[in-house]
Amino acid sequence: MKSAIIVFPGTNRERDMAIALERVSGRKPAMVFHLDTALPAGTDLVVLPGGFSHGDYLRCGAMAAQSPIMKAVRDFAAGGGLVLGVCNGFQILTEAGLLPGALLRNATLRFLSMDCHMRVERADTPFTQHWQKGAVFRSPMAHGDGNYFCDDTTLARLNGEGLVAFRYATPEGAITEAANRNGARDNIAGILSPNLRICGLMPHPEDLVDPLMGGEDGLPLFTSLLDSLASA
Amino acid sequence: MQLLPADHAAQLAAEFGLKPDEYERLLAILGRSPSRTELGIFSVMWSEHCSYKSSRIWLKTLPTKAPWVIHGPGENAGVIDIGDGLAAIFKMESHNHPSFIEPYQGAATGVGGILRDVFTMGARPIANLNALRFGMPDAPKMKRVIDGVVRGIGGYGNCVGVPTVGGEVNFHPAYNGNPLVNAMTVGIAPRDRIFLSAAAGLGNSVVYVGSKTGRDGIHGATMASTEFSADSEEKRPTVQIGDPFTEKLLIEACLELMATDMIVAIQDMGAAGLTSSSVEMAGKGGVGIELVMDNVPQREVGMTAYEMMLSESQERMLMILKPGREAEAEAIFHKWELDFAVIGHLTDTGRIVIRHKGEIEADIPLAPLESEAPLYRRPTVETPKQPVLDAADIDDPAGPLPALEKLVGSLDLCSRRWIWDQYDSTVGGQTVKRPGGADAAVVKLEGLKRALAMTTDCTPRYCQADPEVGGAQAVAEAWRNLTAVGALPLAVTDNMNFGNPEKPEIMGQFAAAVRGMGAACLALDFPVVSGNVSLYNETQGRGILPTPAIGGVGVLEDAVQAVGLALQPGLDLVLIGETRGWLGQSIWLREIAGREEGAPPPVDLAVERRNGDFVRGRILAGEVVACHDLADGGLLVAVAEMAMGGGVGATLSAPPVGIAPHGWWFGEDQARYILAVRDGAAMLAAAQAAGVPAMELGHSGGGDLVLGDGSSISVAKLVVAHEATLPALMQGEAA
Repeated sequence: MKSAIIVFPGTNRERDMAIALERVSGRKPAMVFHLDTALPAGTDLVVLPGGFSHGDYLRCGAMAAQSPIMKAVRDFAAGGGLVLGVCNGFQILTEAGLLPGALLRNATLRFLSMDCHMRVERADTPFTQHWQKGAVFRSPMAHGDGNYFCDDTTLARLNGEGLVAFRYATPEGAITEAANRNGARDNIAGILSPNLRICGLMPHPEDLVDPLMGGEDGLPLFTSLLDSLASA
Repeated sequence: MQLLPADHAAQLAAEFGLKPDEYERLLAILGRSPSRTELGIFSVMWSEHCSYKSSRIWLKTLPTKAPWVIHGPGENAGVIDIGDGLAAIFKMESHNHPSFIEPYQGAATGVGGILRDVFTMGARPIANLNALRFGMPDAPKMKRVIDGVVRGIGGYGNCVGVPTVGGEVNFHPAYNGNPLVNAMTVGIAPRDRIFLSAAAGLGNSVVYVGSKTGRDGIHGATMASTEFSADSEEKRPTVQIGDPFTEKLLIEACLELMATDMIVAIQDMGAAGLTSSSVEMAGKGGVGIELVMDNVPQREVGMTAYEMMLSESQERMLMILKPGREAEAEAIFHKWELDFAVIGHLTDTGRIVIRHKGEIEADIPLAPLESEAPLYRRPTVETPKQPVLDAADIDDPAGPLPALEKLVGSLDLCSRRWIWDQYDSTVGGQTVKRPGGADAAVVKLEGLKRALAMTTDCTPRYCQADPEVGGAQAVAEAWRNLTAVGALPLAVTDNMNFGNPEKPEIMGQFAAAVRGMGAACLALDFPVVSGNVSLYNETQGRGILPTPAIGGVGVLEDAVQAVGLALQPGLDLVLIGETRGWLGQSIWLREIAGREEGAPPPVDLAVERRNGDFVRGRILAGEVVACHDLADGGLLVAVAEMAMGGGVGATLSAPPVGIAPHGWWFGEDQARYILAVRDGAAMLAAAQAAGVPAMELGHSGGGDLVLGDGSSISVAKLVVAHEATLPALMQGEAA
């Protein structure tokens, strides 16, 4: 695994992500600044981490999506490279058009920082293969704009083509309104690109990869990626 | 230089908050009438907020030394050695007045200011905490204040990416017109890479970095040094506007610059902005400083030197660079899209000279500005002692379980989840104990086993009844909370929030609180390394409860050793410490009996230390599964909090003979802990061997809290009462 984490002005979860990636791979990811125009040679995973790129001004992720490095990220994605966007990274992926839809303000109109549970909707992707389909895992979340929205056509396509990776659920796996704190359409917490090579999600599995911090529920995301790269 | 006409100057001096005798001193120092800019500089430097003129005489009696203290009070923040070649840098600071006038921005910029105090010394901030006091939610505007303050703290802290991991909140009518917002930041730096503020090097460049200067916050420090009146809303222009995004860039740029050897000295521009930073840096270094206002990055056109020197625009720093390194440093700040400007240089004149548009706007000798600053030993009156109440003389109108259900939902004891759910507590990936999970927050140091424990504490109703006991109790409780997670307490920062110091009874509270704090700090080896004073917390003549908030920091050599408070099934519960059933000033007395009276529980510092050292020893020996100190609400509330934390019930023995049951269940005797252990008998034996009072309380298990008389309540029911209060109160406040 040769991962690159993109650092935008205002990114703040890049170190959390680096810790998680290093924990599974034993290898420090490259930190790539947004003004760079190329990814390090041999990069096989690009991660857009959480934070408040450009202060969330204008719209979350809107300015970051226009950063110089994003051309290289698009090219990498177009070539079938693995791209993971978490929280602000997910927002940037939607603003960049690499994933459909948008992240609106939470329905509560408040920042939400708490553990949530997600149900794994498919287990045959590079991001989820170490879970069983239907498995439920816990993860911290921390966002003000995580309310996934898309039009009806897109929603039908995401559901119909199995491009929903994770849905907010109860600890028992029920998809309920109460489990859907930010008000996302159809409880969508994370989605995939049609080729299953790009994944964006709002919660932070990278912050739950160590029993000391309360658990290792988030680890399968990273071991899945490691395995899929090793077998590629 | 354009000097003010004598009569106009005297009148303006009064408007700027200078007392007549203080103005006379100014005239003696200058030997002439001041310019408007000079008058502004004197008035903010000699304001209570910047000069500590009423409090200094007392603060200097506090213990500030220990072998692990690297820098005590006097720097931007306190610095202690925490092992592994690292230092913890921390401080707590108030933003009370601005937060009442404009809750969101007041609280947000409070967080921003304290962050800068910490990273200006070279530390990466790893945790934020806060200590909040609100009025009653039904008081005018108070819900808006609560909502705005919580959003402001979250809005700033979440964006800069520093986890908000702990804090405390009280509600009391005394804060209806004057809420308190105290923010604390803890950072980490290599212990041999601490940056100080004393300027040095004749001719060295004075460099301004960060945001541009605007007209916001002019005279904020002066505003914070007076009481509020009915027209305080008109003071909104004195509140600053925060930009956490710029702060985040400033943190990264400063830390990148600090990794080089280019910096001689650095200080943030906090209260009184460019004035206090330049005066203090030059003053500490014993040098002169000359600034050219034309070079200050400006947000607005037509700003005067007076406005630029007094502005409290946020996210700005002042640095002295080594000669010839300006271009290298500038490249770093431009990478982070921040302003960088050489705005002056150091001189050997011992004076601060301000130039603008070819004119000299100020020329003040620095030494007398500091040495001649007013220092007051204001008259004090001791707070009258309150009678000691005997639980046996107080009727219990409720019985233990109905009282418990009411108490866990009361304002001071209900769940703070509604608040902490709005704070990012996990960013950084090192948060071992999150809010609500333990008596203190625990944050691991990245890449190491070592962790810091942090807490903020004060019990203002104790301080009101007996400021000396209250001051000691605040320190002892912080020490106890750190101990209860297994940490070794190392040092504190204090945030002294009081009313008008010109009233002898208020100054008496202050002096007594400092006395109590000092005694506790000394007895517990818990020195004060930084702090902040906020006086004049009065609105229309009504003062707040004296609130000496304490921020404590301790260390755990291995984060794995930290214990939380959540109960697990199948454990023995052991009570450590002696229970006499002290109901004076207890939450039970106030909420159940409707009386706010009596002497607060005494604090025996030797017992505190003995009991705490015992508990920490047991935790570090791995014998304790969960631990919780007994504080507000007493024993039964503490057990309930542990039960709710773990979703596990407990069965407790009946109160011992000879003690009133309500005193036993709800008394607030100090120096007590509940330990949940696998082997209660062994723990009792260990306690006996150590000479520590201990008794078996009961056992954990099931889903109910069961008392010795067979009465019970389900933990689920307690959780409902505990969690419902704040969300119900704040419903509809979403902006």
